[in-house]
Amino acid sequence: MATKASRSAARLMISPAVLLLLGWMLVPLCLTLYFSFLRYNLLQIGPTPFAGWENYYWFVTDPSFTAAIKNTLVLVGGVLAITTIGGLFAAILLDRPMFGTGIIRIMVIAPFFVMPTVSALVWKNMFMNPVNGIFGRIATSLGFEPIDFFGQIPLASIIIIVSWTWLPFATLILLTALQSLDQEQLEAAEMDGAGWWNRFWFIMLPHLARAITVVILIQTIFLLSIFAEILVTTNGGPGTATTNLTYLIYVSSLLQFDVGMGSAGGVIAIILANIVAIFLMRMIGKNLDA
Amino acid sequence: MGQIQLKQVSKSFGDVEVIPPLDLQIEDGEFVVFVGPSGCGKSTLLRLIAGLEDVTAGSIEIDGNDATATPPAKRGLAMVFQSYALYPHMSVRKNIAFPLKMAKMDQAEVDKRVANAASVLNLTDYIDRRPGQLSGGQRQRVAIGRAIVREPAAFLFDEPLSNLDAALRIGMRLEISELHKRLDTTMIYVTHDQVEAMTMADKIVVLQAGVIEQVGSPLELYQAPRNKFVAGFIGSPKMNFIEGNEAQKHSAHTIGIRPEHIEVGDSGPWKGVVGVAEHLGSDTFIHIHDTGLTDPLTVRASGEVAFSYGDTIHLRPRDDRFHRFDERGMRIA
Repeated sequence: MATKASRSAARLMISPAVLLLLGWMLVPLCLTLYFSFLRYNLLQIGPTPFAGWENYYWFVTDPSFTAAIKNTLVLVGGVLAITTIGGLFAAILLDRPMFGTGIIRIMVIAPFFVMPTVSALVWKNMFMNPVNGIFGRIATSLGFEPIDFFGQIPLASIIIIVSWTWLPFATLILLTALQSLDQEQLEAAEMDGAGWWNRFWFIMLPHLARAITVVILIQTIFLLSIFAEILVTTNGGPGTATTNLTYLIYVSSLLQFDVGMGSAGGVIAIILANIVAIFLMRMIGKNLDA
Repeated sequence: MGQIQLKQVSKSFGDVEVIPPLDLQIEDGEFVVFVGPSGCGKSTLLRLIAGLEDVTAGSIEIDGNDATATPPAKRGLAMVFQSYALYPHMSVRKNIAFPLKMAKMDQAEVDKRVANAASVLNLTDYIDRRPGQLSGGQRQRVAIGRAIVREPAAFLFDEPLSNLDAALRIGMRLEISELHKRLDTTMIYVTHDQVEAMTMADKIVVLQAGVIEQVGSPLELYQAPRNKFVAGFIGSPKMNFIEGNEAQKHSAHTIGIRPEHIEVGDSGPWKGVVGVAEHLGSDTFIHIHDTGLTDPLTVRASGEVAFSYGDTIHLRPRDDRFHRFDERGMRIA
């Protein structure tokens, strides 16, 4: 089948799709790059002169930039830690035969299908509100001072909300991987004198290494661009306590109407994301070619 | 030491009784084979002994101590699984060392035992490979290595050769038999292949639907099967069962005669038409039709006989080799 003619025909036929996708990626990228070098503010009418590295300089030296980078890393790291460890735990529990497995699994997966804005609003108003929220009510009824989640521990609150959304994803992937583990291996380990912890550490965890890698890689890509949860709960505040890089770009381009500055931020975000990706690939890539 | 005794052991999954209460005594150093058709409960019985399944009732004693409630790791038994159950992310060395590591043995002793096991099993050249890089037979040997380093009271084998090809199976069969002679440890071996059972066992336990049909040495089972099931299961090709008039002559409900105990010739009391002949070189198994006894009647002849399909031949059974069974299928002495 794979004759020379059929191969070149195949290439010819997929080329429009490839070109379309390439354009789709390249046009916005080039426009962002172009804007990032212009002095271009939507509030100022007139020409948009070339500004050199000015936008980059002001974006990076802005104190909120350092805060945003730190917040982004804490947010991604925190959510990754909670979802991977929690997902591992949930997957092991769900793997056991029990009554109503099907329904319980659907319930566990459900949060993943709730839109970020909706889930953040539900958390904000029904759980974390110090007066009307469930947590506040519980604290009050027990005689404690209720926590003002978004005032006192804003970043941690966002981490909780995002973790709630992503925990099901991690659980689902890890559960599937766990179910493909050969039961005879666990039995052999049991015969070999391995207790539960040793079976988990020496048999289950190495078996799950690949799935954990997938969870971490995919989640990192999405977590770097968390936005809706911040917009509907804290608006990046108090101060810059919950401003991540995505939100900072939004602030400069759509609240300060500074297209040039926003584009510069965008380019920096692209570079940072790629650095993170390279590190992750290096770090965990070893697991993938085992 | 490795003496195992089952007393009135039974196993049920829900309402289904897989193994009705049974008694079994396994002596120290014996090679015992559990054999039976698929689903006869032989693997379940092995897992009960291993402790991977809980008994529903009865007790299991190992070396005179009640081990019914002892967890598998504490029973001092080692098991070789059908799928080998090697740990795919560990090297051969680490696989074999795993049980010792779990027992917190010191490193020098671990290295010594692993090296020893590897040389016994010809694995020294592959010691740093992972299971995925080994052939089926090598994997099998790693699984055995993992079992022998623990110096267990008894080895349990769950159909260990069923994933190997025919030639390798014969080789491994010999290796396991030799290992048994050398270690002189109790071995319990589960298989559905009666050839493996006959060639390896000191004692065969024939099971059907969870019930022990007969326990005995291979030759005992061959020469004096206790009932029709054992008679038909042990021996290849299968024994011929004849009912009706011919059986009446021997005052039995059914008589059985093995293919190797019937001679083919120009004269004889029985006669029939040659059907398919299976030539093995050393022997020829001939399926004979229209004998009026049973259809087909299987006969073993020497390898060099030349019969054609459709020939009429005469058969002479050896009178002293008839097995007689009553209506319930039990042997008449």
